[in-house]
Amino acid sequence: MSGIVGQNTLDNSGLIKAPAGGGAWNFIAKQTASASADISFTSGIDSTYKEYIFTFKDIHPSDDGETFTVNFRDGSTAYDAVKTTTSFRAYHDEAGSATGFAYVTSEDLAQGTGVQNIANSGSDNDQSCAGYLHLFNPSSTTFVKHFIIRTSSAMYLDYINEWHIAGYCNTTTAIDGVQFSFASGTIDAGDICLYGIST
Amino acid sequence: MTGIVAQNVGRTSGLIKAASGGGGVWTLIKTLPSSGSDGTLDFVDGSDDVTLDSTYPIYVFKFINMHPGTHDVLFMMNLSEDGGSNWNVTKTTTLWYTGHDEADSSTSLAYWASKDLAQGTGYQTISLHPGTDNDQSCSGEMWLFNPSSTTYVKHFMSTLNTYYHNDYTYSTFCAGYGNTTSAVDGVSFKMESGEIQGGKIKLYGLKDSA
Repeated sequence: MSGIVGQNTLDNSGLIKAPAGGGAWNFIAKQTASASADISFTSGIDSTYKEYIFTFKDIHPSDDGETFTVNFRDGSTAYDAVKTTTSFRAYHDEAGSATGFAYVTSEDLAQGTGVQNIANSGSDNDQSCAGYLHLFNPSSTTFVKHFIIRTSSAMYLDYINEWHIAGYCNTTTAIDGVQFSFASGTIDAGDICLYGIST
Repeated sequence: MTGIVAQNVGRTSGLIKAASGGGGVWTLIKTLPSSGSDGTLDFVDGSDDVTLDSTYPIYVFKFINMHPGTHDVLFMMNLSEDGGSNWNVTKTTTLWYTGHDEADSSTSLAYWASKDLAQGTGYQTISLHPGTDNDQSCSGEMWLFNPSSTTYVKHFMSTLNTYYHNDYTYSTFCAGYGNTTSAVDGVSFKMESGEIQGGKIKLYGLKDSA
């Protein structure tokens, strides 16, 4: 390669435009809640990417103080993958009278198939929760499926609740679906986006 | 570099188009390097090529080697809802950290009640005290969710690692919300006192479409 092209290959400005770098996020899907019983991602989670990230913002429940949850599908139609998880959180109330930072044994799972709690939002008009979930290599048929979650909640008692959840779906079957819901009532508003991470 | 290439480096429109920052769904909006003597580093929508509005649903700030001019000071942030005229959005937050010293004689994991906010309007600590040694600084990121909402509070979450002045590593985790239904259109960063003498902050927008 010679001339002006050769002189500018790999430049990321100027005449020759270099390709975007690796590790890029790729948008896959967005779902917006509207009094939804759940938000389920039933496609787009496969072997294309080794890591998937869900972002959620302005997630607003119909019922006050309900817990926002996630579960995983491993080959059937049910969201019931076996999970073992850790959960800890920090909280602080708007009155400045209560703080906490602790592991929460009531919010973890030990080979549980039920939902994993990940946030807790009030239903006041301005209350919601937000955060992200990393899901690693869901298509593996060799390893368990790790996930890491961090959320911030405007809680019903006027607290900030910061949740950290991590764990794995203890299955060597591929995870091909992820479902979000509140423990009771509906997801009145908010949206969840799914991204795949190029390696 | 000469000629047509040199004339067009950095342009993002017209005949010669530079690559957008980051690629994919991330857009590099602004890189704000410290001049070496900054009281604050501020990002205000519509000012100095900064976008901080409904263009993106999520914004992420990346902190790269933030270096203080004064010994033993915190790295902090605040929000504005009036274009940077005032940095005083009401916030309720949590703050905790982990630490370990180079001598391997001390470790810690603790909630930091004295530095969180309960409906406070002041700056929020997001990093323990980076040292002023030449190689000391703090780095990390802060996510800000949907700042343009006029319905919901504005959630944010940060994680920074710090080379602490007494030769510790500290990781600081802050989360909270701007307790306002007005749009947040500015974010400010500063040291607790003195100047930011080095480092840079990069602002990215995360698209929610292809």
